[in-house]
Amino acid sequence: MIVGLVAGALVLAACGGAGDTTGDDVLVSAASSLTEVFTEIEEAFESATPEIDVVLNIGGSSGLREQILAGAPADVFASANISNMDLVADAGDVEGDPAIFARNRLEIAVPTGNPGSVTGLADFSRDELLIGLCAEDVPCGDYGRQVLQRADVVPSVDTEEPNVRALLTKIEAGELDAGIVYVTDVVSTGGDVDGIEISDDDNVYADYPIAVLTDAPNGDAAAAFMAFVLSDEGRSILADHGFGLP
Amino acid sequence: MTKRATSWDRRKRRPPVVLVILAVLGLSVFVIPLLGLLARTPWSDLPTLLTSDVVLDALRVSVVASLGATAISAILGIPLAWVLARVEFPGRAIVRGLVVLPLVLPPVVGGAALLFALGRRGLIGEPLNEMTGLVLPFSMWGVIIAATFVAMPFLVITVEGGLRNLDPRYEGAAATLGAGRWTVLWRVTLPMIGSSLAAGLALTWARALGEFGATITFAGNLQGRTQSLPLAVYVAMESDRGAAVALSLIMVVISLTVLIVLRHRWWGAL
Repeated sequence: MIVGLVAGALVLAACGGAGDTTGDDVLVSAASSLTEVFTEIEEAFESATPEIDVVLNIGGSSGLREQILAGAPADVFASANISNMDLVADAGDVEGDPAIFARNRLEIAVPTGNPGSVTGLADFSRDELLIGLCAEDVPCGDYGRQVLQRADVVPSVDTEEPNVRALLTKIEAGELDAGIVYVTDVVSTGGDVDGIEISDDDNVYADYPIAVLTDAPNGDAAAAFMAFVLSDEGRSILADHGFGLP
Repeated sequence: MTKRATSWDRRKRRPPVVLVILAVLGLSVFVIPLLGLLARTPWSDLPTLLTSDVVLDALRVSVVASLGATAISAILGIPLAWVLARVEFPGRAIVRGLVVLPLVLPPVVGGAALLFALGRRGLIGEPLNEMTGLVLPFSMWGVIIAATFVAMPFLVITVEGGLRNLDPRYEGAAATLGAGRWTVLWRVTLPMIGSSLAAGLALTWARALGEFGATITFAGNLQGRTQSLPLAVYVAMESDRGAAVALSLIMVVISLTVLIVLRHRWWGAL
């Protein structure tokens, strides 16, 4: 019985492993803020090229970077900032040059109805509010702190979330009164959080680079996926989700 | 006759080769990751890393939260174990299932459930907040509750097991000799299940110390307030791997020390 279970599991694992390496799978490691848009791009790409199966590995850009640097098998890396891509490129893990495919801005997100009566960045210093930011080491946390610094606000932070979606979830649930996320994140919730614009003077732009990885188990399919993201069809999907185009 | 006895003895002394190989492979599942950790440890930077603010803050949060969770588990879990072991009531199997659920549930799911129940907008959290102004997420209480949720089952099942194995005649004898129910509980029952209790407390504490998923989901992550050792490891993994390894090493040393020191207590009870 136990032997049977173990044998079965090993067979399944072997099949899975074989599918990853010899089949036409593309493993795309993409930043959390790309969750919805890359899911839609995946569907469009797969219906255009049915022989290639895209598998998305979504996470904070810095975590994905660490996975790649530690040798995790990925074909494509799409980061929410340039510095994480640079670190991967510096390690010699990037094939060719990364391309900037999208641009994002930051926005204040508050729960629907704005229970904390937040009007702008200045409210982030109010001690009685529950304020969340992304952790300093993920792009949204880095950008968020830049924005606050430009606005000369010292925030009274209650939590530093490991990625932008974790932060958004807690704002959506009404557990936090405000946080700084990407404009596209507010779009992605479809009205479950309210967005408050940050002025151009304080705002920063986030550039999203994409690249095929040197050790990509499936380099050709990876290049095809990257080309699709940069194509007119890819760009129009990105624009639908609120991304700026380079 | 004697010859046969000796060969049987020898066979008993020398375990089957296949079993030994599998056992060594089994052990390697635990040992190899530890070796990986040791190989990556920046030994020369270790003193600086171990005394950094991030590490000391995380250590303090972890110690307070894990001991708090163990204390709450003892106060609530021992009575729960006693009821499960001694009281016949309809639906007891279901109750036991509910108690064991956090053992198999992904902790992130537990954290989300806690947020929906005890968060500021939660089922119980909202009236609680309106009445007392208390907000559990993003506070030390949140960390303790998350750890209690995932760790208390260890105490309940171990103590319940101890109570079931206890011969009820001892308690009966004490009662016959005039001891009240509380006296029986304090002076006979609890001392007699001492080893189960110690094992349960040790496992509960160890699980609480290692708690990650429910904590980050329910209590958030802020250095000095809710960032426990596992959370600090997770955050440091993405920025400062040396610090992450140093933090991991602390956790391994603390946990191993406690489990080895208490080994006689819980070995027999499990």
